[in-house]
Formats: sequence, structure tokens, C-alpha cells
Amino acid sequence: MNPRTRLFRAARTTGSFLGVLLLTYLGLLAVTFVIGRVIPIDPVLSVVGDRAPEALVARVREEMGLNKPIWEQFWIYICKIARGDLGVSLLTSNPVLKDIKRAFPATMELATAGTIIGAGVGVPLGVWAAVRKGKWVDQTMRVVGLFGYSVPIFWLGLMGLLLFYAKLDWVGGPGRMDVAYEYTLTSVSGLLLLDSARAGQWDAFRNLLSHLVLPATLLGYVSLAYISRMTRSFMLNELSQEYVVAARAKGLSEARIIWRHALRNAMVPLVTVIALSYAGLLEGSVLTETVFAWPGLGLYITNALQNADMNAVLGGTIVVGSIFIGLNLLSDVLYRTLDPRTRER
Amino acid sequence: MTNSSPLAVGRLLGGTAFALVLGLTPMAASTPKDTLVIADKLDSSITMDPAEVFEGTAAEVMGDIYDRLVRFSEKDPAKPVNDLAQAWSVSPDGKTYSFELKPGIKFASGNPVTAEDAAWSLQRAIILDKSPAFILSQFGFTKDNVAQMIKQTGPLSLTMTTDKNYAPSFVINCLTANVACVLDKKVVLAHEDKGDLGYAWLKTNYAGSGPLKLREWRTNEVIMLERNDNYYGRKSILGRVIFRHVNESATQRLLLEKGDIDVALGLAPQDLDAVAKEKELKTTATPLGSVFYIGLNQKNPALAKPEVREAMKWLVDYSAIAGTIMNHIGVVQQNFLPNGLLGSSNVNPYKLDVAKAKALLAKAGYPNGFKVTMDVRSSQPYQGIAEAFQQTAKRAGVDIEILPGDGKQVLTKYRARKHDILVYNWDVDYWDPHTNADTFARNPDNADTAKSKPLAWRNAWDIPGLTKLADAAVLERDTKKRAEMYKNIQTEFRKNSPFVMLFQTIGVAALRGNVEGFKLGPSTGSTYLFNVSKR
Repeated sequence: MNPRTRLFRAARTTGSFLGVLLLTYLGLLAVTFVIGRVIPIDPVLSVVGDRAPEALVARVREEMGLNKPIWEQFWIYICKIARGDLGVSLLTSNPVLKDIKRAFPATMELATAGTIIGAGVGVPLGVWAAVRKGKWVDQTMRVVGLFGYSVPIFWLGLMGLLLFYAKLDWVGGPGRMDVAYEYTLTSVSGLLLLDSARAGQWDAFRNLLSHLVLPATLLGYVSLAYISRMTRSFMLNELSQEYVVAARAKGLSEARIIWRHALRNAMVPLVTVIALSYAGLLEGSVLTETVFAWPGLGLYITNALQNADMNAVLGGTIVVGSIFIGLNLLSDVLYRTLDPRTRER
Repeated sequence: MTNSSPLAVGRLLGGTAFALVLGLTPMAASTPKDTLVIADKLDSSITMDPAEVFEGTAAEVMGDIYDRLVRFSEKDPAKPVNDLAQAWSVSPDGKTYSFELKPGIKFASGNPVTAEDAAWSLQRAIILDKSPAFILSQFGFTKDNVAQMIKQTGPLSLTMTTDKNYAPSFVINCLTANVACVLDKKVVLAHEDKGDLGYAWLKTNYAGSGPLKLREWRTNEVIMLERNDNYYGRKSILGRVIFRHVNESATQRLLLEKGDIDVALGLAPQDLDAVAKEKELKTTATPLGSVFYIGLNQKNPALAKPEVREAMKWLVDYSAIAGTIMNHIGVVQQNFLPNGLLGSSNVNPYKLDVAKAKALLAKAGYPNGFKVTMDVRSSQPYQGIAEAFQQTAKRAGVDIEILPGDGKQVLTKYRARKHDILVYNWDVDYWDPHTNADTFARNPDNADTAKSKPLAWRNAWDIPGLTKLADAAVLERDTKKRAEMYKNIQTEFRKNSPFVMLFQTIGVAALRGNVEGFKLGPSTGSTYLFNVSKR
């Protein structure tokens, strides 16, 4: 292939990819915007409260552009977005970007820790259950998985706090850190664990970790339930393949067959499962954040929606949408490294 | 790992998790001694500017971080006393109020507090014209005339001229509100942006002279206050006060039991029950300026019948609800003025009486009752109250369908008066009877296009007679007579209004045993934290 056609091809692929991306975002925003405008909540109320005189209500409605037709409001919003302006949140009076910059790292810490636990424990357990299919291990895993999937996380959270925080005193309580650290810890990135480690504030780091461990384990448990079930079924599929029989015939050790051969192949679809479960956690888990008083993205968006604070909702939607798109891309890339067949020659 | 069996992997993982948990050191189970940590819901705080703040914890802390000309007494939180003012007087015609400031007072910044700051702060509230501005503009101030009406007359003296000769108690009560806080003009104007009078800056910053000062506010997360060492009076005992956002009652209780917070402000009745049984915890309660009621929209033909309105009042099991859903957090109050306000009444004639209600319904032409909807916020105690009312009303044949909704959703519908029945509450805007008379018993224009839309309007209750009485009461300069007038208005209101008044809210705080001097104030901004100490 001559270099020019290759370049042209690459440009075309990138172009169509960007086009799809743009359309995805536009659709995402349009749907969210319309929902935000048709829900029976008056956004002016969030700004002026219930007590403002009618004249003030009318003035603010005009200032917010709510008297314009909805398509025009949407157009104005899109133009602003194009300039990189997400607007100001009605509720917090901060620029939405600033709010998200603060809420998202809190969620990210929690989601990352949760996914590490979920995948780190869930995958081996799933493999184990597949190998011992039908045995007590498998049955126990089934019950554990079902429990994690069906018990409300809200209740689990409270019980966890009651046991590990209130009774046993093993972990920190609700909130990201003890009050004493509110004054001493200055954050650069919002990822407090990272910041405290970088600054060498190890007691703050330990404190942050003690607060993180319970909610992260809880989220990890829920995603573990899902990931281990999926791993089990992917593994069962692989273990029944002919190459496994061939490997056994060759006399390879069982461990090598399971971990090197079968799991390696099961990993390909598993990456998508883990990525999507991570993305789901990055959206913010409203209930977990409520129980643990965790100032994350889920609480922020929910609170905004309940107040028809559309700038904040849309800003949050863009972030969540970007996470999904980004993680999808990432899992595509991982596919290619894990599965040689998908690589272009 | 390739050579280990899956079983070994499981053991390893289990062991690691266990070690990780055990390795964490137990937390110190108490807060620093000079710091008071309070758990509260902070999500209704949208600004720290006194000219705009109205709701939530932000409004509450204004009493600690800002001074005003007059404020409520620490001993009797319903009595206004001089704050920055040394003395005040009213002219013989009842329209001009003169204030003399105490000398030598400084803002937290170190700038002296002058009459210029005081007059400018009031003018600023009128010019910015945010939600609470009406508390001042009801005296006839507008953007155009406020410079003439509120004037500095000397370094420490100013005058304020009202458009009518209002009851002095009314005017002074309104000046205790947050909107009348005195700001450090120099500091605020140093941060002015395009002639906004420092509005953008003050939303998240501070320029006051109160016993505590604002150190940091992170929306929905934390509000941090610390001692103002420039304060002119007795300095705050505590060095720091931290409000943390904790939404869940059960979570607040856990934190309190554990000693990670000192005060919990959002406990539900069942958690308060539990707290009451614990030795190292205590509670403190104050009746607040807030009432729960059921509104009956007069646009609904059935509800518009006077007999039906009265029948509804006999269909609520007040004492049963007070003993359960409202346990600890409310007392029966069948008048629109909460106890503690001038002219409030304790006459509560209604109780559950199905036979009486049935007779009234028959008289109105509904011997078998009727069907109707009721909008309710999907949170407690609203939901519990609604369900209890639904049950008792059914016994007289009134079939109520409950329509649950989020707070703002219900409110939007209510403001458009599209409901039939609705359960809601009302907080006083300032500590004077006019605030509630103005909304429950005044409706100058019942048209859909009305300029002012009080609660009487929202329930389409057309009351020219009561409106006149309420207008007269606010001009009555004899305080005793004025109180009597509100009592009379409420007698009429109890009988005929489309409001089934239910309860007065009781504010309850649960505290650690070592917290001393914590007392909830009845009105916004009168919970004085600078009096609190820790043993």
C-alpha cells in the first residue's frame, strides 16, 4: 500500500470516528436537555426560592432565557459548550466545571478502589467457581453473588458502618476523612489519597484510606458479584473448547491450562465487562454516596436533577458520557493487545 | 501464580483483605476540644451573601458571622436588643427611625464599623433585589429612592424613613433579619466586578464583624467557621465550628454515637428515640417558627364549600400523628402563628370527629363523600401525615388519592395552584406576626395574574375582609392592641380558612454530653454558636 493512501485511510477513519463521537454527544445532550425542560420542576425556584416576589421571579426567568423556545435555548447552550463554557450551577453558584472537578475525583477514588477489589477478587473467584463447577465452591459463590446483587447496597452500607465502624472500630466513618484533617490537608488534584501521598502526609493518607476501605469494599462486592459470574461463564465456555482438551492431552499442568490458556482467552470479553462496571461506578453511586456522606458525582447530579439545575445535569452528563466513550475506546485498544486476530496486518 | 491452585489464590486473597482491615489503626473517638463539629444537611445553602441568603445552614450561620443594628437577645431569642446600635428612636410621625452606633467596633478585617457601612449595606440589599429584599422593601424602599430613605447622618448615626407609620415592633423585628446584616463596605467594594456591588465575590466570601467568621464553604460538603478575634463583645469560646454535610439520619446517629461529631441536626424521630436512651448523649429542643398545614384549593368546587372545609378539620387525628410521625419534632398548632410570635394563640379546638365531619359533608351535599387528589412531598414527615389523613378521611367517605413528588416538583404545581389538596409547611421569613398574616390571611388580588401570590392566593381563597384586618394590624403602634388584632384574625381563620393547620415544628439537636450552652434559636440565624463550649 502506498503511504499516501494509508494516510488518507487513517484520516478517513479518524474523521468518521470524530463524526460519530460528535453525534453521540449531541444526541446525549439533546435528550438530557429535553428531559430537563419537560420535567414539572421550575428551575427559577432553585435560584430565587419560594419566597421571592412575582416581579423578581419574572425577571430571573427572563434572565435565564427560559421564555425562549426550547430549541433556541438548546442552541444557545450548544454554542456555549462549543466555547468550553459549561455554565454556572444554579444550586452551588459555582461554574459547573469547578463543581465537577471537585466531585469527580471523590467518585473516582471510590470507583477505582471498588473496581480493583471487584476485578481483583471477582476474576479469580469466577475462575475457581468455573473449575469446580457444581461443587460447594461454585454453589457458595452463587449464593454470595446473588446476595451481592439483590441486597440493597443502602442496607449493606449501614450494616457495614454499624459493625466495622461503630462496634469494631476497624475503619473510619462516613465522610472522606476525619474532621481534624479538613484544616491540614490541602488538595491539588482532588484525588486526596494521591495528594497526601505525594506530600508525604502519611497519617492523613492512612486516615483517608480508613474512610475509603468500607465504601470501596462495598462497591467492590457488588461489582465482584457481577464480574465473578461473568468470569465463570466465560471460563466454562473456554474450558469446553478443543484446545483445552489438546493441552490436557499434551500433559500441561491444570494450573497452566486454566491461567495461561483459558483465562487468557476469557479475558477478551471480560475486559469489556470490567470496563463497563468501572464506568458504572464512575457515574457515582448515589446510595453509597448518601450513606457514607461521600461528596461525589452521583450525589451532585441527582441533587441537580431534583432542582432542575440543568447546567449541572448536562455538565455531569457530558462527563459521564465521556467516561463511557473513553472506557469503550480503552477496551477496544485492550482487545487488540489481547486478541491478535483483531490486529490489523 | 501459575503454579498455585485456585484454592490457594482464594486463601491468599482472603488473608490479604483481612490483614488490610486489621492493619488500620482505630480512630480517635472524639473531636478536637476547641472545635465543634455539626452534622447537617447543607444542600439548600446556595450563597453566603446576607442580601441573598434565605434558607438552610448558610442562613443559620449568619447570626454568628454577621452583626446587625439590632438582633435577638441571647437570653430570650424572641426579643430584639441592640447589636451594633447603641440606641434607636422613632420620630413623632412614626416614619423616621434614627440609629446611633456603638463606637470603636471593628470588622474582622480590622476596618472600623461606621454608619456608612450600615446604611450602605441596607441600600445594597435593596439595589441587588434578591429574594429576601422584600423584608426591607415592604417599608417603601426602591432602587431609586433608597439613597434618600436610608441615610448616613454622622460618622456613627443614620436614619431610615418608611413610607407609612408602621408598628415600630414590625420595623425593628424586620431589621433583625439576615438581609439587614452590616457588611464591611471597603472589603466588599474592593472585590466589586462591573458594578455588581461585590455580589459575585460575596457569594462565597465574608466581610462581617460577628463573633465567628467564615473560613471556608464548600458547597454540599462543609462550612467552616472560626473565632473572630476582632469581635467587640465576649469572644467565642470555641476556636472553630465545622458543619459537615451528612444527609442520612442513620449516618448522623452513628457519627454522633461514635463521637466523630458533636451535634446532629437532622435526626428522624426513631433515631431521636434511640439517642434519648444513651447516657453520653443528650438532646435539646426549641419550638421553631415553622408550621405544617393541609391546603385546600378553592378552585375545587367540593373543597370550596365552607362545610367541607370545616369537615376536613375534623378528619385529622392530630394527637395520633403528634405521638408518632411528629414525635419529638412537632406539637399540635391549629393557628397560623407559631407559638412565640406576637399574637400567637393556643386555641386548638379540632380533634378527630368522624360523625361531625359526616354531618357537615351531608349538609354540603356530599353524604357519601367525594374523590380528590393530594400532592405530597415524598419524604417524611409529609408522607406519614398524608397517609394518616388519607385513612381518617376515608372513614367519612372522602377518598384521597396521594400523588407523591419531589419537593420542588410539588412546589411548582402548588405555585401554579393546580393541586386539590396538599400537605406542606411554612417557615416564617422574619420574626414578626405579619410574615404569616401576610401569606395566610392576606390576598389582595385573587386573579391568576396577581402581582403577589401568597399562600391564600395559592389556595384561591378570596378574602377582602381579612386582608383589610391584616393591613390594619401592621400599622397598629400599640403592641398590646396589635397582638389582640392578630388573635382576632386567627379566630376567624380557624373557622373558615381552607387551611387545616396541623403542627408547629420543634427543632431538635442531639449532642454529645460534653457540649455545653448549645441552644437552638426559634428563628433563622438565632442559634448562637459563639456561646457553646466543650467540657
